[in-house]
Amino acid sequence: MGETISVNGTQRSLPDDPRITLLDFLRRDLGLTGSKKGCDHGQCGACTVIVNGIRINSCLTLAAMHEGDSVTTIEGLGTPEDPSPLQRAFVDQDGFQCGYCTPGQICSATAMLEELANDWPSDASNDLEGKIEISGEEIRERMSGNLCRCGAYANIVAAIRDAATETSA
Amino acid sequence: MRPFQYERARTLGDAARLVAGADAMAIAGGSNLLDLMKLQVETPGELVDINRAGFAEIEDADDGGLRIGALATNTATAVHPRVRSDYPVLARAILAGATQQLRNKATTGGNLCQRTRCFYFMNIDQPCNKREPGSGCGAIDGVAKLHAVLGTSDECIATYPGDMAVALSALDATVQIASVDGAERSVPVRDFHCLPGDTPWRENVLEDGEVITAVTLPAPVAGVQLYRKVRERSSYAFALVSIAAIVEMRDGVIARADLSFGGLAHKPWHDLRISDLLEGAAPSAQLYDAAADLLLEDARGYGENDFKIPLARRTLHAVLAQAVEDAA
Repeated sequence: MGETISVNGTQRSLPDDPRITLLDFLRRDLGLTGSKKGCDHGQCGACTVIVNGIRINSCLTLAAMHEGDSVTTIEGLGTPEDPSPLQRAFVDQDGFQCGYCTPGQICSATAMLEELANDWPSDASNDLEGKIEISGEEIRERMSGNLCRCGAYANIVAAIRDAATETSA
Repeated sequence: MRPFQYERARTLGDAARLVAGADAMAIAGGSNLLDLMKLQVETPGELVDINRAGFAEIEDADDGGLRIGALATNTATAVHPRVRSDYPVLARAILAGATQQLRNKATTGGNLCQRTRCFYFMNIDQPCNKREPGSGCGAIDGVAKLHAVLGTSDECIATYPGDMAVALSALDATVQIASVDGAERSVPVRDFHCLPGDTPWRENVLEDGEVITAVTLPAPVAGVQLYRKVRERSSYAFALVSIAAIVEMRDGVIARADLSFGGLAHKPWHDLRISDLLEGAAPSAQLYDAAADLLLEDARGYGENDFKIPLARRTLHAVLAQAVEDAA
């Protein structure tokens, strides 16, 4: 089995063609079509996945660069029967309209809650050090890499705030 | 993307040897390079993945400074405890740029080498002396809102787009470079990027077969550190004007003023005359105006970007006033 990558806990063989982005590998080769190709240039965030615990744009990285890495996509976060706290919060708060950006929003927010838990500052933080207070301003700044062309932002922020409160409670 | 050979460098020696190839380019985070490869602005025959070449550490330097490995991500740098406490202007500049997803991939070395976001450079159907020498500059007399007003040439009016390097310039950081023959050299960040002149394709002083290994910061200095970025939306936009400032006050007088400017030129702009003017002077609106006069004495607008000249003046006023207030 040559070089491998772990995707949602399963070992997979990396593709032979080095041009294949991580996004195309997930969608085309593995059939994991939750991650979306919006702009394919790192501007919209619809392709956001979590690699080794860190959120990245899967369209701007080559699958070949991820030998031995561990990738989590929206399919790995939960199921309709057993959704993750953020998946449930997006449903409860109606945090989407067409749904195209939603997998990227939820992967992004999942990693973002870890960043908040680690008190990583953002451009919206008053202080670079110390505890970060979760606010609408913090959530909007931290989620600026995920566009929603339907404009469901108000409910997206509400969903993330719910999940953040639940996680930290 | 055009086909290419993919190679993985496991050591710094590997990386330098492989990138010395005539048609080879190094890839680290890839967030800029892969974007340009999809647009066929960049078409390397060989792509050298240096992510596992082992120079991502951020560590204390013997002189009290900090050594940031070239492969340290922007995120790793911005959240590093010493960067947050001793070099806040650097943390602020990084956090003001791009998005969390991009900062998680972007590296110190790659960020220094990132290309301009000039629309003409990024569109292979348009003329661009930087991408295709001799083809002309579409931005002059064209869509030039993001473009430079300082240090331009008749060949190119592109800007260096980044934020991190503006802070590194204010901090007087140094780029550490290794070459394929084992030689090492150091270049101040202030001298790393080039003005376009009649060689706009040359954006920095790196030679073939050279690899950035680290950026070193001098020991921290006293004073207030600020990064002010003016942009068209409040997140995820390139700077129209940005200022990194380190200002120390002593007895009502400005004791230190290190300022660097983004969004105005083909490189982070640094003018020692501004420090000389400010240091030893008592703060006043007249003094800030004189500093702006020095900064902008050779400024030239190209129509759509004329606004940057008064915007830079006002931003400089605001930053100095805030820094002096915070430092008092």
